[in-house]
Amino acid sequence: MTRRLPVNFILGAVLVALVVGTAALSLVWTPHDATLMTISNKFAPPSATHWLGTDQLGRDVVSQLMAGARNSMAVALVAVLLGGSVGVALGLLASAIGGWVEDGVMRLADLGFAFPALLFAIMLAAVFGPSLTNAVLAIAFINIPVFARVTRGAANQVWTLDYVLAARAAGMNRFAISRDHILPNIAAAIIVQATIEFAVAILAEAALSYLGLGAQPPASSWGRLLSEAQTLMYLAPQLAIYPGLCIVVAVVGFGLLGDGLRDMSDPRLSRER
Amino acid sequence: MTAPLLDARNLTRRYRLPRTSLLHPAPVLTAVDNTSFTIRAGETLGVVGESGSGKSTIARMVMAFETPDAGEVLFQGQNLHALSPYELRLQRQKFQMVFQDPFGSLDPRRTVGWSIAEPMRAIGADTDTARRTAEALEQVGLPARDADKYPHEFSGGQRQRIAIARAIVTRPALLVADEAVSALDVSVQAQILNLLMDLQDDLGLGILFISHDLAVVASICDHILVMQHGKPLESGPAAQVLRSPAHAYTQTLLKAAGVST
Repeated sequence: MTRRLPVNFILGAVLVALVVGTAALSLVWTPHDATLMTISNKFAPPSATHWLGTDQLGRDVVSQLMAGARNSMAVALVAVLLGGSVGVALGLLASAIGGWVEDGVMRLADLGFAFPALLFAIMLAAVFGPSLTNAVLAIAFINIPVFARVTRGAANQVWTLDYVLAARAAGMNRFAISRDHILPNIAAAIIVQATIEFAVAILAEAALSYLGLGAQPPASSWGRLLSEAQTLMYLAPQLAIYPGLCIVVAVVGFGLLGDGLRDMSDPRLSRER
Repeated sequence: MTAPLLDARNLTRRYRLPRTSLLHPAPVLTAVDNTSFTIRAGETLGVVGESGSGKSTIARMVMAFETPDAGEVLFQGQNLHALSPYELRLQRQKFQMVFQDPFGSLDPRRTVGWSIAEPMRAIGADTDTARRTAEALEQVGLPARDADKYPHEFSGGQRQRIAIARAIVTRPALLVADEAVSALDVSVQAQILNLLMDLQDDLGLGILFISHDLAVVASICDHILVMQHGKPLESGPAAQVLRSPAHAYTQTLLKAAGVST
């Protein structure tokens, strides 16, 4: 089949590869030590040694952005995987059992949706203290209802199909059917959702770190770079612009990738093209 | 005479429809009304009727996917709907089903061999799963190497053969075929019907054959039950029902199907 890949998928994949590649590279190499302060060299303009200059403490901006990318990716990845697995498990369970269990899980999900995500994260930080771990847990938690709802909706569709009935006729129990038939057939929908949630998680991490509830100094994070640069907006606006651009690139990249994946997995959309 | 393989007694199934008015109780549709029939080993009962006559509901009750509101299904003397869920799952290998749509009844993400072996896996340790799968494929006229292929590589008729292989892999006593050939081309229909009859001879299967097409039913069934609006109209040996239908509705069906009497 030589179906053309959707434009948003290609663009998203390129941006995501850029961000993920940068984050991976920062594990082994950054131009300078991201936390090394050289006060004598503060606010240096872009040069051959400091590609984007230095900040108010003389730290290399490129190195900080790369370290920030690593933190943002790690937080988003763990949060989406954690929230996703719990959410998918709950959705599958709700769909398999039905009745009051399904109603209960879905009303809880509604409750989760009704609660402002950021407010919940702030509450968590207030109770347990601000830390990257708590930020991850908060973002994971707000992901649970999203995944639960998507999973349950897709699973309910699969439950009505004949091959599921055939599995029941074969004597499989509901949990084995969920594992063997439902999950493999809704995996595409979950992966699409995970990609989109990844973008949301990056934004949430940036917001939490900006508020001082995420990554703690000296750990770098795009949100923290933003909040540090805020006080210097008139003196050195570029320090706020760089991390802001990084966040935009990452969020737009994952958003486009998710949209593109959905277009590819939905035959109704691909026929229109 | 020995006890029948399947004895359905006074089956009734009602569905509650969506409310149409806030003040009146929800209307109730009686999908199957007080219907009884028996099937003996090696025998085929055809259930005919137009859509909405309750045929498929009967299949779902016999397969214990649904519980009748009244009446009981005795399979080998056991009331299926009185069994615990676990006991029922163990019994299921003895009565299997072939579905109407050969494109929907096989999981597209699983190999054919995997799907065929599913009823064996469900009841636990059977060491010879691979051999039985190959055997079942050959019984339905497909090469054993097809076990590694995926459903999309097969035509509708071949898929229906695969579905039949899955249904007979545990050597059941009863096969429920709900419109099993309705989605197939006429030439393929004949092949599948012949296959079912051959398997019946080899395995001594009792078959509950459900169809809207009296011509198809006439070609395969020993006994016929005619249904309309959930009620049994007439039943009896196939030859008798076809030659001298007692009910005007059966005569209409016969005329529509163009069965020579």
